[in-house]
Amino acid sequence: MKNKYSIFSLIKNAFSNHENWQRAWRDPEPKKEYDAVIVGGGGHGLATAYYLAKKHNLTNIAVVEKGWIGGGNTGRNTTIIRSNYLWDASAGLYDHALKIWEGLSQELNYNVMFSQRGVMNLAHNLQDVRDLKRRTHANRLNGIDAVWLETDEVKKFCPIINTSQDIRYPVLGGTLQKRAGTARHDAVAWGYARGADEMGVDIIQNCEVKGIKRSGDTVEGLETTKGFIKTKKIGVVAAGHSSVIANMAGLKLPLESKPLQALVSEPVKPIIDTVVMSNAVHAYVSQSDKGELVIGAGTDSYVSYTQKGSFNIVEETLKAILELYPIFSRMKMLRQWGGIVDICPDASPIISKTSIKGLYFNCGWGTGGFKATPGSGDLFAHTIANDEPHKLNAAFNINRFVSGDLVDEHGAAAVAH
Amino acid sequence: MFLINCPYCGERDQSEFVSGGEAHIARPKQPTELNDDQWAEYLFMRKNIKGIQFERWNHAHGCRKWFNVARDTSNDKIEKIYKMGEQPPKL
Repeated sequence: MKNKYSIFSLIKNAFSNHENWQRAWRDPEPKKEYDAVIVGGGGHGLATAYYLAKKHNLTNIAVVEKGWIGGGNTGRNTTIIRSNYLWDASAGLYDHALKIWEGLSQELNYNVMFSQRGVMNLAHNLQDVRDLKRRTHANRLNGIDAVWLETDEVKKFCPIINTSQDIRYPVLGGTLQKRAGTARHDAVAWGYARGADEMGVDIIQNCEVKGIKRSGDTVEGLETTKGFIKTKKIGVVAAGHSSVIANMAGLKLPLESKPLQALVSEPVKPIIDTVVMSNAVHAYVSQSDKGELVIGAGTDSYVSYTQKGSFNIVEETLKAILELYPIFSRMKMLRQWGGIVDICPDASPIISKTSIKGLYFNCGWGTGGFKATPGSGDLFAHTIANDEPHKLNAAFNINRFVSGDLVDEHGAAAVAH
Repeated sequence: MFLINCPYCGERDQSEFVSGGEAHIARPKQPTELNDDQWAEYLFMRKNIKGIQFERWNHAHGCRKWFNVARDTSNDKIEKIYKMGEQPPKL
């Protein structure tokens, strides 16, 4: 049984110089056989394991991770959480996640630093105005809080934005979702890992999957760098490397893996207390609790697994940031990095069974998976445990690319890549 | 970030080019005879290889011509550039 984190445990441990904190999760060797194995120890994978154990009583399960947990896209995103998607299926999926976020720190007994500071999306031309207003109406019909702001209201909500009408892409208004915000990305992975571990889930790091063994159309187990693991159910949550794993099982996915970059500035005093995204000029910015500006750039146009992107992408983003926020012109950027995002043709995820019995995929989150972490884990766990999708992820099955029933969020999501 | 040796213009920065995705996906000869699975395969399914991938590139901010590239997607190293219509090289 793990000790509960609280103000009292903090004070108690302060007296022993914080040297006696209990280990947050074990470091086990893989068993010979599990009831289910999750491939990928990012936020989504760990959340899947957590909900499999918690809601479906599957505790003889493991998460295998090639590197260290949360070291992939979970540790590389810009931590924005929102649910203001256009289509009903997406609204259901992302708002399900947002509702779990609202109670997640208490549920996990781990402070994920969820901060509902609001997300504002800017419109820079007439079509943006039409699209964003349409999305606001669609959101409200789905019970998602969203409001349209005129230019002066945008300025009032975030005073450092340059709302001059003389700039190349003037601000013509924007939308605001107040329940949206940010969270601490590492804490999400660690919180789920600690919770899953407590219920008996084996989290096996430095364990790369090398092959999927099947007999006919049924999975039998995984070949890994730590030996063969027998299992009847495999849930793959490998983000950018989903196609690589699919290939091991002889499957093809409708995905392209591309580098997506982000960068942070030197830390400064609080200057922006919300998240501002701009689709048309491709710039989005928020401020971390350490004071750094967290800036998201776009994807490169080509497939790459290098976890770095092209300089011209960063340059374009910073140009846009400087026009919108002239106050940042003297600021230095401290770090830049890339993550590999797996993008579906319709910019919506796949949370689905496959044609192989016992093999499930949760992938295609593209540029916006972090926000969905709790919901994705919950729904994927449901899909694996019942061998049937939950009604909230039924639309996100892999067969939609055959039936044509796509959930096209390319232009409709608040930011395009 | 890398350089691409355009077969028509010479070596230029990658930012001058646009990736056209996986190469050698043949357009169906008899579109009316395809079933939904075949359409899905043609339109959406991609190899998305980690390693050497054959892909199409367009010199969008240059000569605007298309050509094929064999590129290692694990390190962005270009192995071979060849013209449209040519068979992929054996690497």
